[in-house]
Amino acid sequence: MTGASAVEDIVKSEYEHGFTTQIESDTLPPGLDEEVVRAISQRKGEPEFMTEQRLKAYRHWLTMREPEWAAVDYPRIDFQAISYYSAPKRPEDMPKSLDEIDPLLLETYNKLGIPIEEQKALAGIAVDAVFDSVSVATTFRATLAEAGVIFCSISEALHDYPELVKPYLGTVVPYTDNFYACLNAAVFSDGTFVYVPKGVRCPMELSTYFRINARNTGQFERTLIVAEAGSYVSYLEGCTAPQRDENQLHAAVVELIAMEDAEIKYSTVQNWYPGDAQGVGGIYNFVTKRGDCRGARSKISWTQVETGSAITWKYPSCILRGDGSVGEFYSVAVTKGRQQADTGTKMIHIGKNTSSTIVSKGISAGEGRQTYRGLVRIGQRAEGARNHTQCDSLLIGDRCAANTVPYIEVKNPSAKMEHEATTSKISDDQLFYCRSRGLTEEDAVSMIVNGFCKEVFNELPMEFAVEAQKLLSISLEGAVG
Amino acid sequence: MLSVKGLRANVGDKEILKGLDLEIGPGEVHAIMGPNGSGKSTLSHVLSGRDGYTVTAGSATFEGHDLLELEPEERAQLGLFLAFQYPVELPGVNNTYFLKAALNSLRKARGEPELDAVAFLRLIKEKLKILHLDDSLLKRAVNAGFSGGEKKRNEIFQMALLEPKFAILDETDSGLDIDALRVVAEGVNALRSPERSMIVVTHYQRLLDYIQPDYVHVLAHGRIIRSGGKELALELEEKGYGWIDAELAA
Repeated sequence: MTGASAVEDIVKSEYEHGFTTQIESDTLPPGLDEEVVRAISQRKGEPEFMTEQRLKAYRHWLTMREPEWAAVDYPRIDFQAISYYSAPKRPEDMPKSLDEIDPLLLETYNKLGIPIEEQKALAGIAVDAVFDSVSVATTFRATLAEAGVIFCSISEALHDYPELVKPYLGTVVPYTDNFYACLNAAVFSDGTFVYVPKGVRCPMELSTYFRINARNTGQFERTLIVAEAGSYVSYLEGCTAPQRDENQLHAAVVELIAMEDAEIKYSTVQNWYPGDAQGVGGIYNFVTKRGDCRGARSKISWTQVETGSAITWKYPSCILRGDGSVGEFYSVAVTKGRQQADTGTKMIHIGKNTSSTIVSKGISAGEGRQTYRGLVRIGQRAEGARNHTQCDSLLIGDRCAANTVPYIEVKNPSAKMEHEATTSKISDDQLFYCRSRGLTEEDAVSMIVNGFCKEVFNELPMEFAVEAQKLLSISLEGAVG
Repeated sequence: MLSVKGLRANVGDKEILKGLDLEIGPGEVHAIMGPNGSGKSTLSHVLSGRDGYTVTAGSATFEGHDLLELEPEERAQLGLFLAFQYPVELPGVNNTYFLKAALNSLRKARGEPELDAVAFLRLIKEKLKILHLDDSLLKRAVNAGFSGGEKKRNEIFQMALLEPKFAILDETDSGLDIDALRVVAEGVNALRSPERSMIVVTHYQRLLDYIQPDYVHVLAHGRIIRSGGKELALELEEKGYGWIDAELAA
């Protein structure tokens, strides 16, 4: 049996068990200690090495301090008050109907044209049947299996392909990396695993949307994507519809590994619940995302549209280790109301002739606060490295704020660096110009903002781009005036 | 069609328009000339609804609607169009997309069906032909990085597409060389019709060599101090604006 068909067989055999992970029936009490970490690992039936890794991470986490350098304010999180393992909620604990949901949230669902059953699921209401997407998912999996691509939850992967997970997990974001990544390494609940074999071009955009179970695993999500030599994969994360979650703290870790000549394109539309008008109840999104261009001429591209969450703390980064590897970061971040975002990227040039591109578009409205924080580091050995950074902020109204904090470290004199930054406001002239042509003020704002973000939207897969534009327009309704 | 009576308007505490009267009938082209600071642009802006001006007295009605009560987009929906002296850049906003959104927004407000992409492109082609323009401007962002001439041509193109009943051309000739001026003026002439009235605001007579007005008004110190036929423009060209102050002082 050849290696490729072995993988195929494994993947195919999975379908018999369906697409869902096992649902545990219990919930651990709030609090965190070694027993809790062990219990999580045990309940998930993980291999021994995983339990050990979790414990190592937990012990290290105890020595770490919560980072305070980000330009965001929030009350201290009591980590002992969080339950680190909770089974899906029982129907009787969930909101019973849409009447119990924030009406503003429902309005947004309606504007996005989301069907009522899906609205309920997004709002966390008990529904009998979740969509009719199971059949879609099945077809989807069959196509992937044919190509030899593995796309499953990380729990499944630890069960079924530990030999594929073990050599990679934690190698891009080690548990020692930062406070939240370390916490995640100790207690991660679930997430996604993607493995693209050598030379395979993944036949479709992989989207968590098709992984129904992903909806319940938001809090400490762990994603690992491995692209073997010469392969290509495009992965879409998130959903334009605002998602509510009972868990306020989200500390996900995403690791991408691209081998020689491989390319990974990772697109995110993040629209977690930002809280009510006072910012109460919104999600704290503290995420560590990092890609490792391990092989020569590999490429990792991050595209993100961040419109949700009360607080976003997120720096999708690339380690450009392979010679001639390429890193890209395209970002649109919107903060409105009381939202705060401290986001950006790190491009670490290690290999020769590596290049990176950063395009960041920040939009602040209302009392939104936003910081672009970026690091471009050119190592000693990184002969011929190049970086282009463009960092634009757009302010709407006069109570919002935008900061730009670029760090540049160059240790090789052959590096070429370009940095452009602008801060602008939507001008009265622009608004009047559009209105004098018959557009309403809201249409004018949305048009100007979408124009501002165009370079980033161009990087998104088509359907996602259309949704993202719509989302942006809705997000900024009433932002002017 | 347009009736302006005793219009007074301030910018901040400063009165710019000091009792302006103007009557314009269907199909008529009126030139408004005057020295810098006479209130030409203020008049354009007040009629099209720009913020920053306070009307203290008088009225402006368009086909029976009180213009001064309306938002800029509502005026556009009634058929008013302002060709800007300084067209505004909208980076990243595709020109075709902008025009389609604008046209459909006007059509929607008037209860007409919106045009789909195919019908819209057909319309665009037709209009380009009338104005002898090529389609290179359409693929770019609205006015972004356009030369002065391109910006003005784009304004006239928008006017052709939106088919206003009433157009105000605010110093459309400013910053144009003679060739660009001719192209723009030919465009304007192609759009003249018995149903479409225009105000052509200009500092210089030379635009009126190409766009022949039915009436010429001289605006000075916030009022129209003389009106006449197109020969008035020639007289101004000859004498300059200096005589106005002399005449007012007399």
